Amino acid sequence: MAETIVADRFKLQGQTSPSSSRWRRMVHSLVLNKGALVGLVIICLLVVIAILAPVIARYNPSKINPPAQLQPPSTAHWMGTDEFGRDLYARIVYGARISLPVGFIAVAISAIGGTVLGLVAGYYGKLVDGVIMRVVDIMLAFPSILLALVVVAILGTNLQNVMIAVGVSGIPSYSRLIRGSVLSARENVYVDAARVVGVPDRLILSRHILPNVIAPTVVYSTLSIGYAILAAAGLSFLGLGAQPPTPEWGSMLATGRQFLQSDPWVTSMPGLAIMITVLSVNLFGDGLRDILDPRLRV
Amino acid sequence: MWRYIERRVLVTIPVLIGVSLLAFSIIHLIPGDPARVLLGDMGGGSAAGDMSQQAYLNLRHQLGLDKPLVVQYADYVVNAVQGNLGHSYQTNRSVSSLILTAAPYTIELTVAGLGFAILLGFVLGVIASLYRNTWVDSLAMLFSLIGLAMPSFWLGFILIEIFAFGLGWFPATGSNGIKTLILPAATLGFIAAGTVTRLVRSTMLEVLQQEYVVTARSKGLRERTVVVRHALRNALIPVVTIVGLQFGSLLAGAVIIETVFARQGLGRLIVDAVLSRDYPVIQGTIFVAAVIYVFVNLFVDLSYAWLDPRIKYE
Repeated sequence: MAETIVADRFKLQGQTSPSSSRWRRMVHSLVLNKGALVGLVIICLLVVIAILAPVIARYNPSKINPPAQLQPPSTAHWMGTDEFGRDLYARIVYGARISLPVGFIAVAISAIGGTVLGLVAGYYGKLVDGVIMRVVDIMLAFPSILLALVVVAILGTNLQNVMIAVGVSGIPSYSRLIRGSVLSARENVYVDAARVVGVPDRLILSRHILPNVIAPTVVYSTLSIGYAILAAAGLSFLGLGAQPPTPEWGSMLATGRQFLQSDPWVTSMPGLAIMITVLSVNLFGDGLRDILDPRLRV
Repeated sequence: MWRYIERRVLVTIPVLIGVSLLAFSIIHLIPGDPARVLLGDMGGGSAAGDMSQQAYLNLRHQLGLDKPLVVQYADYVVNAVQGNLGHSYQTNRSVSSLILTAAPYTIELTVAGLGFAILLGFVLGVIASLYRNTWVDSLAMLFSLIGLAMPSFWLGFILIEIFAFGLGWFPATGSNGIKTLILPAATLGFIAAGTVTRLVRSTMLEVLQQEYVVTARSKGLRERTVVVRHALRNALIPVVTIVGLQFGSLLAGAVIIETVFARQGLGRLIVDAVLSRDYPVIQGTIFVAAVIYVFVNLFVDLSYAWLDPRIKYE
């Protein structure tokens, strides 16, 4: 939004838009960063797989077929079958429809919640800042999975609540991050100028301050998707999230445990699916961080 | 420096109050009346009539839910300070004794896991930095990326399969003695080692370019002396902070690892409590775990201040 406004202004002055060349530069550095590119390609592939699941799955993921139980990978069953004879390839493909949204939505909850709190705390300062940041401090006093457990304990155990739980447990660290960026963005002369001219706070926040904090938010979000997917899988493993018939990768991995030695594909397929997904988001996130916000490098 | 310590300790107080407030609120945040939810769980909710109404009122009174909220919170805090965190709905055992029994196992696991992570992380990180941009470096980085991306419970299954069922070196489950500690600690440590490796590597790369390292080299010191005495020592400081922060994530990781290896511990306690909706146990365990975490963070911050006098304090 603000990008286009700035761009329009530059066009009015007869100059080329800075945002398009910035984009080109970003895309260029992304292509040069092999890890990030590989990560991005795999993520896109996974998203396509999730969307096309009914077309490419070849089998019904929950169709029980006792004669075909625990078959190794073959041309009929590309990833083998589980203890109920269900096709693992179909379950992995449909699982992408669960694990990917869980990761994305959980991170969206953290990012939106954290950004709003951070913007308000950083911009208004004083008492508002004090109250919000004390609450954030208290939330940070809980290791995030414990915070997620608290939310699950309150809301009840199912996949949707796990998503909310993982999302809520991420809010405090976003608030910290965003507040820090807002504190410095607030000092810009154009923010003072806008205030002097009488621009309402809501617009100053959304048009002048938000664009300054977008980069760290995007980088941090990408880096936390992997964590969110792992946390959700972990909670499902503990029996607090997706329940058995659901083809969620974490719970598939958990139920396949008893066949680890005799039929290793039952666990390795969902395990690899989680690992590859998390690995590619992390690679992409690392690359994005190097390009957009090198300060965040640990 | 003293002012910093004073301030840092003071900040802990409102956080502890908040932690107790959150732990206390859990039972009031469940949708619906907690006493009804409990009765429902016990199977008494379906039977209508005076009996269930009487049971409901009794339970409310027994849980102290008929008192004003402020009084309930004050009671909770006063009792908690005296070591009384209520009784388990399931076993009727006192929550503090459950926690006291479980906590040593979790602390033992977390410390051992941290030790494993530091050892592996330092070795891999230093080697990667010394052989920068060679296959050794890439291998170490791949290792750390896998550590960050692998579900810990899957790694646990695999280690059990290889070292317990395959080779028979360690027992697969249990929590008695050092032999049962090694596999869970290795699982927990491997996951954290990924972060430590990356951090040690990047810090070492930075330090190795410093002038004092160049000076040490040009004096003709042996490479080993340069790396160990000059570079590694200076690379330690930032690593200590992150390792301290890792302690929290290890504490959290213990929740899953304890279930994988059927170990006793705080994590297991809380997961079982969440599954059986045993609210006093949930409240107590969350409260104690958060207090431990707050003090670990305090300790890390203070040790950081002590380790690195170059930092200026507000």
